Amino acid sequence: MRIFNFDEQLIPLDEWVQSLVDWLVLNYREFFQIIKIPVEISLESLEWLFAALPPFVVILFFAVAAWRYAGKRVTVFTVLTFLLVGYLGLWEDTMTTLAMVICSVVFCAVVGIPLGILSGRSDRFEMLLRPFLDAMQTTPAFVYLVPVVMLFSIGTVSGILATIVFALPPIIRLTSLGIRQVHPELVEAAIAFGATPWQVLHKVQFPLALPSIMAGLNQTIMMALSMVVIAALIGAGGLGNPVVQGLNTLEIGLATIGGLSIVLLAMVLDRITQGFAQK
Amino acid sequence: MNSSIKISVKNLYKIFGPHPKKAMELLKKGQGKEEIFEKTETTVGVQDASFDIHTGEIFVIMGLSGSGKSTMVRMLNRLIEPTSGQVFIDDENIVSMNNDQLVKMRRKKMSMVFQSFALMPHMTVLQNAAFGLEMDGVDKQTRETRALQALEQVGLDAWAASMPDELSGGMQQRVGLARGLAVDPDILLMDEAFSALDPLIRTEMQDELLKLQTKAKRTIVFISHDLDEAMRIGDRIAIMEGGRVVQVGTPEEILQNPADDYVRAFFRGVDPTNILTAGDIASDTQVTIVMTDGKSPRAALQRLIKNDRDYGYVVDSNRIFQGIVSADSLRDLIDSPNQPQQLTAAYLPEVVPAHVDDSMQDILPEVASHPWALPILNDSGEYRGAVSKNLFLRTLHRTETEDATDTAEQR
Repeated sequence: MRIFNFDEQLIPLDEWVQSLVDWLVLNYREFFQIIKIPVEISLESLEWLFAALPPFVVILFFAVAAWRYAGKRVTVFTVLTFLLVGYLGLWEDTMTTLAMVICSVVFCAVVGIPLGILSGRSDRFEMLLRPFLDAMQTTPAFVYLVPVVMLFSIGTVSGILATIVFALPPIIRLTSLGIRQVHPELVEAAIAFGATPWQVLHKVQFPLALPSIMAGLNQTIMMALSMVVIAALIGAGGLGNPVVQGLNTLEIGLATIGGLSIVLLAMVLDRITQGFAQK
Repeated sequence: MNSSIKISVKNLYKIFGPHPKKAMELLKKGQGKEEIFEKTETTVGVQDASFDIHTGEIFVIMGLSGSGKSTMVRMLNRLIEPTSGQVFIDDENIVSMNNDQLVKMRRKKMSMVFQSFALMPHMTVLQNAAFGLEMDGVDKQTRETRALQALEQVGLDAWAASMPDELSGGMQQRVGLARGLAVDPDILLMDEAFSALDPLIRTEMQDELLKLQTKAKRTIVFISHDLDEAMRIGDRIAIMEGGRVVQVGTPEEILQNPADDYVRAFFRGVDPTNILTAGDIASDTQVTIVMTDGKSPRAALQRLIKNDRDYGYVVDSNRIFQGIVSADSLRDLIDSPNQPQQLTAAYLPEVVPAHVDDSMQDILPEVASHPWALPILNDSGEYRGAVSKNLFLRTLHRTETEDATDTAEQR
């Protein structure tokens, strides 16, 4: 017996995965194409909306949101940022990115908050979920970009799906944390006064977990923005485009203004959502 | 006790941990808590508890931490599932209730006040007070009216719009109490409700509770580790130790006849004169003279001499107390023939009878300042016995020697 014979590959996992993906692509591509329809529709309508709106309406909308939730300074900063990306000639790309971010964050919230609540209320579920969340956060995006493209074909929707994979964990984790942080005595008190499990969730746990959930949403937005460049690699468009283009053609200037716009947009969204979370 | 039974606990067990069944078997074989924990890593929370709680009484469950009292109260509304046994509330076994029945019972019949207040930090005082009604689906207007009434009862109606963290601890617990009262429950479970408050506020809250209890009699199950509190507010007390109910009785009964050393140790340092009442210690060994028409002073004197007593306690045919005569006062009366020869003329002037509910503390001055034994009457003025100096001292002495032997044993 030569247990420690590492000279040859004994477990051909790479081949297995390869054939699994090939098999999926061969037999279920149609199915995956159907799955992407809801994402496609919501993204397209969002993109259409942002493209159709005159720039000053978009700026006004974000300025008002900043004014209401984050104060004077953030408002000024927001207006300046949008003016700058406009003058840099990146307005259209910015709108595409916004549409993509909003679309993926909405899907993350719709999937992530319920999963977070479940894992906040059940230790077993949390245990089950945790390795998946770890994998989603640590697997390099390039690893799953290929199968995603193979199954969903190239384009913005694939970019969004990849973004969702990466941006989903924080909202699940922070929702779960928020639910778990609700003092057990409060839950006990609610039950003692005849609350059903649904009432406990809806009247006590959820409202008290809300700040944590909003922090999760904020993190998810940040993660989604950080995926913009990678998504551009598979033809997603948006602010990642100038960066990827700049890298390919060694136009440092183009890459820089793309990167700068992403950073500024991230700061605007972060400040506004953080202000919203604290209200 | 004249009242009917509200809550009846029968052979209740709670076993925490991985092997409750195995632990139950071991328990039935008579093994101790520690042995069972060693063998099965299973903790016995409550062990074979049985007692009844009467309608309208304040029933205090007392014990040190770890005695199972908090587990016990949580089994009364099934916040903790009993391992075996039954809990009857109004003759309904709540252990066999399904979820719907249980939720309904919690909404309509009982509410709970918590040691840590457990107010909802995201709700106003008014919304907190209305919480139970909200769970019950009562419409907003009705529940806010009722919640406001409950807040009025605890004197916090002016704070309805505040948030809980704006209030002091005592005020927060008043909100907790109002939340309990707003649903108008038959039963109020209070889990160390006043333990987190400072002593002055605690006494104030106890008074508040007693005052509320005079207005509307609820059945209150009060958990406490504080003996003074238990004595002060409890109509009856159950003492728990290591998951078992060691003794149930009125404070006086337990003080006078502690079931074991644990209970006795608990009561050490308690001043019996605060707890024992005149009625508890009064003895009916004095000579009573029933005043029927024409009973002469001479006959009364004869009765005193025959019984070798100096004082006689005059009662009418219904045992209603009339006065005290002494051998001397009777002789004086007989020696002055121009006085009407009636017993009333021989009554000692300074006699002030005491009430059965007066504490030993209250009657001490009267007992000490007169040579006769102090007559003790009930509400209708009926003679229930008397307390002599001798008897008073003997009572004190008895509780003290018990303490002394107890301390000696522990050494």
